[in-house]
Amino acid sequence: MDPLRRSPSPCLSLRPSSPSTPPCEMLGPVGIEAVLDQLKIKAMKMGFEFNIMVVGQSGLGKSTMVNTLFKSKVWKSDPPGLGVPTPQTLQLHSLTHVIEEKGVKLKLTVTDTPGFGDQINNDNCWDPILGYINEQYEQYLQQEILITRQRHIPDTRVHCCVYFVPPTGHCLRPLDIEFLQRLCRTVNVVPVIARADSLTMEEREAFRRRIQQNLRTHCIDVYPQMCFDEDINDKILNSKLRDRIPFAVVGADQEHVVNGRCVLGRKTKWGIIEVENMAHCEFPLLRDLLIRSHLQDLKDITHNVHYENYRIIRLNESHLLPRGPGWVNLAPASPGQLTTPRTFKVCRGAHDDSDDEF
Amino acid sequence: SYLSVVPRHKRENIRSLTMSGHVGFESLPDQLVNRSIQQGFCFNILCVGETGIGKSTLIDTLFNTNFEDYESSHFCPNVKLKAQTYELQESNVQLKLTIVNTVGFGDQINKEESYQPIVDYIDAQFEAYLQEELKIKRSLFTYHDSRIHVCLYFISPTGHSLKTLDLLTMKNLDSKVNIIPVIAKADTVSKTELQKFKIKLMSELVSNGVQIYQFPTDDDTIAKVNAAMNGQLPFAVVGSMDEVKVGNKMVKARQYPWGVVQVENENHCDFVKLREMLICTNMEDLREQTHTRHYELYRRCKLEEMGFTDVGPENKPVSLQETYEAKRHEFHGERQRKEEEMKQMFVQRVKEKEAILKEAERELQAKFEHLKRLHQEERMKLEEKRRLLEEEIIAFSKKKATSEIFHSQSFLATGSNLRKDKDRKNSNFL
Repeated sequence: MDPLRRSPSPCLSLRPSSPSTPPCEMLGPVGIEAVLDQLKIKAMKMGFEFNIMVVGQSGLGKSTMVNTLFKSKVWKSDPPGLGVPTPQTLQLHSLTHVIEEKGVKLKLTVTDTPGFGDQINNDNCWDPILGYINEQYEQYLQQEILITRQRHIPDTRVHCCVYFVPPTGHCLRPLDIEFLQRLCRTVNVVPVIARADSLTMEEREAFRRRIQQNLRTHCIDVYPQMCFDEDINDKILNSKLRDRIPFAVVGADQEHVVNGRCVLGRKTKWGIIEVENMAHCEFPLLRDLLIRSHLQDLKDITHNVHYENYRIIRLNESHLLPRGPGWVNLAPASPGQLTTPRTFKVCRGAHDDSDDEF
Repeated sequence: SYLSVVPRHKRENIRSLTMSGHVGFESLPDQLVNRSIQQGFCFNILCVGETGIGKSTLIDTLFNTNFEDYESSHFCPNVKLKAQTYELQESNVQLKLTIVNTVGFGDQINKEESYQPIVDYIDAQFEAYLQEELKIKRSLFTYHDSRIHVCLYFISPTGHSLKTLDLLTMKNLDSKVNIIPVIAKADTVSKTELQKFKIKLMSELVSNGVQIYQFPTDDDTIAKVNAAMNGQLPFAVVGSMDEVKVGNKMVKARQYPWGVVQVENENHCDFVKLREMLICTNMEDLREQTHTRHYELYRRCKLEEMGFTDVGPENKPVSLQETYEAKRHEFHGERQRKEEEMKQMFVQRVKEKEAILKEAERELQAKFEHLKRLHQEERMKLEEKRRLLEEEIIAFSKKKATSEIFHSQSFLATGSNLRKDKDRKNSNFL
């Protein structure tokens, strides 16, 4: 049995519980409010980190979506997989960029997964992805348990995994369900309906409802998870989002002129699909969720819940987790439970970056 | 399937990317602030100073509240630390403020051990946090952080120099907590004396290697004002919650026959500077220094003391977890051994007690037997007496019966003679 499926994410209250303390009335302004500005200054100086992973079969527009989200060519050359024959193995490809907007620095890491679900036999195709996610947790854990620690541990943990569902219009496929079930326990997952321009509005709604039904039936808890809603405001806001998830998105990184305005869109013979137009697709919702409103929350849940879960499992049953390079074997595994250690081979593929060995 | 991942060091060819439009992550600082507002803030102040030097009053004035009413005694046998937590709210910021006071500091005749309880308290808070951090199932985000973020050290306004106790205490605290020294009751020192006093104090601190907290000067927005304030240390403060009318306003002040010392007047004392620096400008930095410098130092020392290292023999990296497991094993073994020991001792004690009780029982039994015997003897004696007595009674009754028969026979034989005799007898008798 997949050990990672065993323990569900505990739903914890993320608001600190305080010992009962008497409230005090201050007779006038003191200046405590200024701490908010102090926080802002500190945050601006340190900068922010955000790690996002996109998962889905080839041709669903993952790379284009990333470009659209961050309004830039994130991949320095043509996205891997475009125009190249389907890779024989699943490869994870990560790129880090620093982007700045109005003085706010963001170190963005995007991990792409070309080759996912493309093979004839896709058994366990989620394992490398889970392995990668767990490896980031492991690296963080190793840094955290050092005696002499760094002041700021670099955070490479995946904060959000965007899962692209192909627009069949029917329901979730077995591959989708298997993957989502496993991943939701380890990382925040946001499913989206990819290439939604091939569905009409009614088809989209029906598809969405069916997917929501599927998710409920299979107990897949996607982001934003209901059990982490802090208060009534959160509940209201997140319920609205939960009603629209999965968002039907379209990605485009080319600009066209529509009614005198310059917009990002896809030009077809029957019209221009404007990416940022809510009447055409729900890309703005995805962008707002990931960047404008819930970025910090994604990071918090990753740190306070998913990472802690990993840590608990790791400290308790270290010999059952897949091993990677540099991992220390803490407890000798009993003979019946030895898992074959995963060997890491380099795939000398079409990329220049990936030609180093561990 | 095999996995290929771009190695990290290669990934660090981090380029800057230019965006062709507005993405919207400039809201990130606000998202962070909102989260912090939801969580609430925690700030813990330790006040060290002699009894009566004005610690409570200064804290009241700083936070514009009346926290507590009574005065501390001067007769404590040793220094104790007293902590109180309060909830303050200013607009949408909730602050959980903990004030820790040293009770009895400087009151003892022998002050050698004065600083130790303070050091112990600070360490105890670090220890509690470390314990939580090392737990397997932990909840750091709901943990009430009790680590001391700043220590206000109250210096007596003698006007001369630091007391030995002050030097000793600060030397023992400076690697554990951010120290901000203040000159208390500064209204007893004149302006010229104050300047000389401040210079003397700072030079003494420097020459004795005491590291006090420096307001940070790395961020441009606050570097200038912080640098200026660093030159004004120690702050000469006056505290008061009493209000006095000055001009047409009510201000916090102390009223003397010769004048009014206004707390918030920068010409009179440095109170405003202290409030600015402590709360408005550097509260977050104080918290950060506590966590990233003082706590890390404590953690490192404690773990090394417990025998953990990052690099083992042969310079191979050693996992903290391995050593931790080994220690845990050892600890369990030790505990089991102790358990056995205690069990044995318990059994032994039970046996001894049993023996004592048995002995007592035996004695009691012996006594009982003895008493029974005595009673038996007594009873026999009494029986004997009774028998004798009964025999006497029988003998007596016999005699009485015989004499009565004889008497009635004589009467019947000589009826009148006897009467005469009897009368004669009786008249002789009368």
